[in-house]
Amino acid sequence: MTIHHETIQALSHLFQTVAKPGPDSAETSQVENEPESDETPRKNGILERDYQSCGFHLDILLDPDQLIEATTILFKLDFYLESITGVDWIKDNQLEVVYDFSRYDFELCRIAIRVKVPRDNPLIPSITKVYTGANWHERETHDFFGIKFQNHPNPTPLLLPEDADFHPLLKDFKHEQTD
Amino acid sequence: MNKPIELQPDETFVLNVGPQHPATHGVLRVKMTMDGEYIYDAETVLGYIHRMHEKMAENRTYPQYMPNMGRLDYLSAMAFNHGYALVVERACEIEVPERAEYIRVITVELNRISSHLVWLGAFVLDLGGFTPLMYCFDDREQILDLLESVTGSRLTYCYFRFGGIYNDIDDDFIVGTQAFIKRMRKELKMYAKLVTGNVILRRRLEGHGMIDRDMCLRYGATGPVARGSGINYDVRKNEPYSIYPEIDFDVPVYDGCDSMARYLVRMDEIEQSLRIIEQSLEKLPEGEVNPKKKPKIIKPPAGDYYAAVETARGNFGIRLVSDGSKTPYRLKLRSPTYSNMHIFDEACRGMLIADALAFMGSLDLVIPEMDR
Repeated sequence: MTIHHETIQALSHLFQTVAKPGPDSAETSQVENEPESDETPRKNGILERDYQSCGFHLDILLDPDQLIEATTILFKLDFYLESITGVDWIKDNQLEVVYDFSRYDFELCRIAIRVKVPRDNPLIPSITKVYTGANWHERETHDFFGIKFQNHPNPTPLLLPEDADFHPLLKDFKHEQTD
Repeated sequence: MNKPIELQPDETFVLNVGPQHPATHGVLRVKMTMDGEYIYDAETVLGYIHRMHEKMAENRTYPQYMPNMGRLDYLSAMAFNHGYALVVERACEIEVPERAEYIRVITVELNRISSHLVWLGAFVLDLGGFTPLMYCFDDREQILDLLESVTGSRLTYCYFRFGGIYNDIDDDFIVGTQAFIKRMRKELKMYAKLVTGNVILRRRLEGHGMIDRDMCLRYGATGPVARGSGINYDVRKNEPYSIYPEIDFDVPVYDGCDSMARYLVRMDEIEQSLRIIEQSLEKLPEGEVNPKKKPKIIKPPAGDYYAAVETARGNFGIRLVSDGSKTPYRLKLRSPTYSNMHIFDEACRGMLIADALAFMGSLDLVIPEMDR
């Protein structure tokens, strides 16, 4: 069994078990092969992408509370965390956090996990307990986007100054004019 | 030699290493909590040379952003050029002529050797040996002259274009590179005698700065740091791009997990890079170096794109989010030393401060790339 299928199987199990409680969480556990259209908002689930054209294999959309379970599964499958980053979708009033995973293996599998949170209350659980290296990446994402990582061991600015209260990568950020 | 000692948390003091400390090779600060000469805990403070390259990307068109790639990792700028070119070519589906691919690989590998030479000189200098630095910079000078003749710059290269390169190489470059390969092979033997066999160096590196596979996985370490811990991971082999699959080279892996293993990996990599350059020069095809058909204005279709390359320090990844306009909607730079340096905080606990600085040198830090 290839690592793709192994990962999909491990994670689809997660979708089935976690998708139950909330009335609004209509997660689909089956794997879709078609990329989502631009009009309808994408449902949670695993999407197989064409590696040649976009550079990664699996595209996973999750709810914030499923994140720790999903990353724990990936950690057990020997994935390492490449980076964490944010994207500001100001038109949808949403912030997206993207986690990139890859493997130290010749069987290539790149995974992008996406989590979407509302812009006015961006709360995401920290995955530093699973991946220690997420610490700096999460601090950086907080610096740039103001996303709050719950239970982060050291939530202080990393790249920005210690007293920074601005988030430069938000699309409505205006820098001070100095002339 | 490396006896674990019992540290007393209530008898500590804080020592600031940096931001202006020669051992950190740039503006990096490490706040060390010390128990005498031993490190009880360390916290790295970044951001002293942070320039917000990712915000700059959102204010420029795609070609305008290319010069920024030379300012991230000033020692292996060519590989960063390659990463950015790859992601935009993937997004816009631009074909690269074969000759351009070969020239790209030749220049990237030359740049990798020059980066490793700076590291070697500076690393041995950290350990108290001054002479190798002079030899390393002498060899590196040859590479800089060669690359200057084709790229026009000595350090902050902006040589790659989407779909090709800026300038074709000439016979002088080919002859000069062949002469350099010959010279470098001789010099490598000299380094082995002068540096690798040195008993002081060995005592300071062997068994110090242990990083095991589990730690690499938790932090996402790549490059020589991972390969020094027995992980056979090199993006050139694991995720082949450009013409690397057509070239016969090995990935040096050592499972010592200590500073010495990382040292040996880099020394072997110089030899492997020479092999790659040699083969690429032999196979170098004739033809154009820029594609005939190429969009006038670079406008990638909306979507997510990812590309990764192996720089001298590890896996450099770019995530590009395009909204179909002339500027990137979001561009994330995943720099290798960012993850590699993060290990330091945990791995240096219980080490003597002198050993910790030797360990820091073995991680091969380039601060502007970390802070971005």
